[in-house]
Amino acid sequence: MWIRNRNLTQTASVLLGLALFTAGCSKRAPLPPPPAASNNGGPITPGNTANPPGFPTATLTAEPNRIEIGQSANLSWTTTNANDVSISNGIGTVSATGRQSVSPTDTTTYTLTAIGPNGRTTATATVTITSPPPPPTPVNTRPNPMGTLSTRVDSELKDAFFDYDAVSIREDARVSLLTDADALKRIFQDFPSAMINVEGHCDERGSAEYNLGLGDRRSSSARDFLVQLGVPAAKLRTISYGKERPQCTEADEACYQKNRRVHFSAGQ
Amino acid sequence: MKKPIIIGAFLTVVTAVAVLFGQNPDFTVNIVGTGGKPALAVIEFRGAGAAQQYMAAFNATLNADLQDSALFDLRPKSFFPKSNPQAATDLRPEDAGAGYALQDWAGAPVNASHLVFGYAAVTNNGLFVLNGNVYDTRVKDIQSAKMFAQNYPDAVTEAGAIKVAHAFAADIIQKFGGTTSLLNSRIYFTSNREATGQYGTEIWVMDWDGKNQKRLTSLKGQIADPTISPDGSRLAFTIWPGTSSPQPRIGMVSSDTGRSYPFYNQEASINATPTFTPDGTHILYSSSASNEPQIYSAEINGRNFNRLTSTKGNPTEPKVNPKNPDSLLFVQGFQNEQIYRMNAEGAGIERLTNGEGEASNPAWSPDGKFVAFAWTRGYQSGKFNIFVIDIGAPQKYQQLTHGEGYERNENPTWAPDGIHIVFMRTVNRGSPQIYTMLANGTQVKQLTTQGSNKYPVWGVK
Repeated sequence: MWIRNRNLTQTASVLLGLALFTAGCSKRAPLPPPPAASNNGGPITPGNTANPPGFPTATLTAEPNRIEIGQSANLSWTTTNANDVSISNGIGTVSATGRQSVSPTDTTTYTLTAIGPNGRTTATATVTITSPPPPPTPVNTRPNPMGTLSTRVDSELKDAFFDYDAVSIREDARVSLLTDADALKRIFQDFPSAMINVEGHCDERGSAEYNLGLGDRRSSSARDFLVQLGVPAAKLRTISYGKERPQCTEADEACYQKNRRVHFSAGQ
Repeated sequence: MKKPIIIGAFLTVVTAVAVLFGQNPDFTVNIVGTGGKPALAVIEFRGAGAAQQYMAAFNATLNADLQDSALFDLRPKSFFPKSNPQAATDLRPEDAGAGYALQDWAGAPVNASHLVFGYAAVTNNGLFVLNGNVYDTRVKDIQSAKMFAQNYPDAVTEAGAIKVAHAFAADIIQKFGGTTSLLNSRIYFTSNREATGQYGTEIWVMDWDGKNQKRLTSLKGQIADPTISPDGSRLAFTIWPGTSSPQPRIGMVSSDTGRSYPFYNQEASINATPTFTPDGTHILYSSSASNEPQIYSAEINGRNFNRLTSTKGNPTEPKVNPKNPDSLLFVQGFQNEQIYRMNAEGAGIERLTNGEGEASNPAWSPDGKFVAFAWTRGYQSGKFNIFVIDIGAPQKYQQLTHGEGYERNENPTWAPDGIHIVFMRTVNRGSPQIYTMLANGTQVKQLTTQGSNKYPVWGVK
């Protein structure tokens, strides 16, 4: 049954097509194309001859259509043949023609619906919310209250002291180097490309040449200790100054002790 | 036990006198050999006319050169007769007693074996000319007594007079069999004068007698342990560059211009204490390229290096015997470093010093028979004095300096004549200065006074 009725419909369509083809061949003005497939389709513009007479028309624009958060855009609309006009997104029923300021916080598409006696149509306008440009990327995202690498090294790293003619890390030096390891990690976070010199120094006793080797062993001993604590070895450079750069020059144990040290300085 | 040992090139000429030096040494360094010193009576030279203004400089230079040669016994001028000859024609044997006869100088109280006399004048063509004479006072016949007589011309300036004095002294020394190598030699050292930064030093150079001190380099770093090539043309040294890579490394410059020669340094925390081989083609040095410092040899540009030692004792300061390239000295040991000996392959290591105190800075004598070095034997740690050992009997030594209180004597090196030693002395916590002395510890002379002056080395030119 369903098939038979279908055949009748097909037959009627063919006949109608032939009639229309014949009419075309007689050079009469062509019929306008059929209206949009649905009434909620694309915007309807004035002069759109697709609409039959009396069909509602509508336009909706946003000016400007790109704003930043906090700014406003103006929606303007016109309609014809409508007796019920409304705009979505909380605006509601509006007059047939009008203008309204909107301040959306996100990109919003407004849809105007115009309903008249002969139909229904819609128009849309989108207000795009743009983000303001970000500030310039700082060189160091963390604040650097101590200033330069040199001042950080001088203020945060403590000397490690040694016994006479010795290179082993004694207790007070261990405490200093534990603190130094944390400070070095902070410094390397703030100055990723920094190199720190681990300087080995000696007191004035012993020959200059002997003390050059002794200072090298002291700086290596301190470097190895720091590396065990997680300080990157590649960022520590050992330098022996032997007894060439004393802190003091008195011939007493107090001065000798000041000079038997590992000292840190900023490299390049 | 005392064992006379002869050094110096003139020993075959002079007669035998053994002179003991130091406090109870195990052996005696005999500077003058087996014959005693010629006793020279050197008159106070005078100049005619315009020449007189330069005679003080002339006389000071002549006497210093003769004194420093260690070859002569210069007789006190207070013993001289009232008059003296100025020209050979002034010699009059018949006027004995007035100073014009040679016998006036041979006898008491002068007791001179030779009379040195003459005068200077400015010639018509504008030259300062010295007429110098040396006569043997013990020979009666004047012609036979003449050892030599010669004229020495130069510019009419103080520098000209000094140059003439050097030349005359050199001829006298040579006539008595001595070596003149000292007179053209120069001493190089580091100084903080005209240097960059708190710790900066540059290499300076001066004549062997301390004159004409001037800066040689402009390296803007901190320099230590310069050493000079056997021909005197190059200096190698340890330098902490004043750059972004401040680890100590080896540098090399021309001894004439101070300009740098390229030198390849190994990747290491230390490249230091270089020394030249006797043929001047290679460098030995200490490097931590294999973690702990070891002795390496390399070509003179630092390339093709080769590790010689594998010890745990922090070996440093390699020194090659100038007469035997297969005999090397170096210093190693923790807490009481000592001087060791090995062969050119790094084998056959044996300790040279006896294990007492701290021993450093070994320096070969030019003939390769003696080693001068700094030692704390008998003193507190760090109180170094200069000692000399006989390489043939290394347990025997002679102490050349005897520092009292706070005095350190370090870094000895030998003069080309094998008679003198230059070294660094620090007195009463003052700035270190450069001194020279004879290899028996006598005739100590301070050469520098300004700034901090260290690490002397004596070059042939």
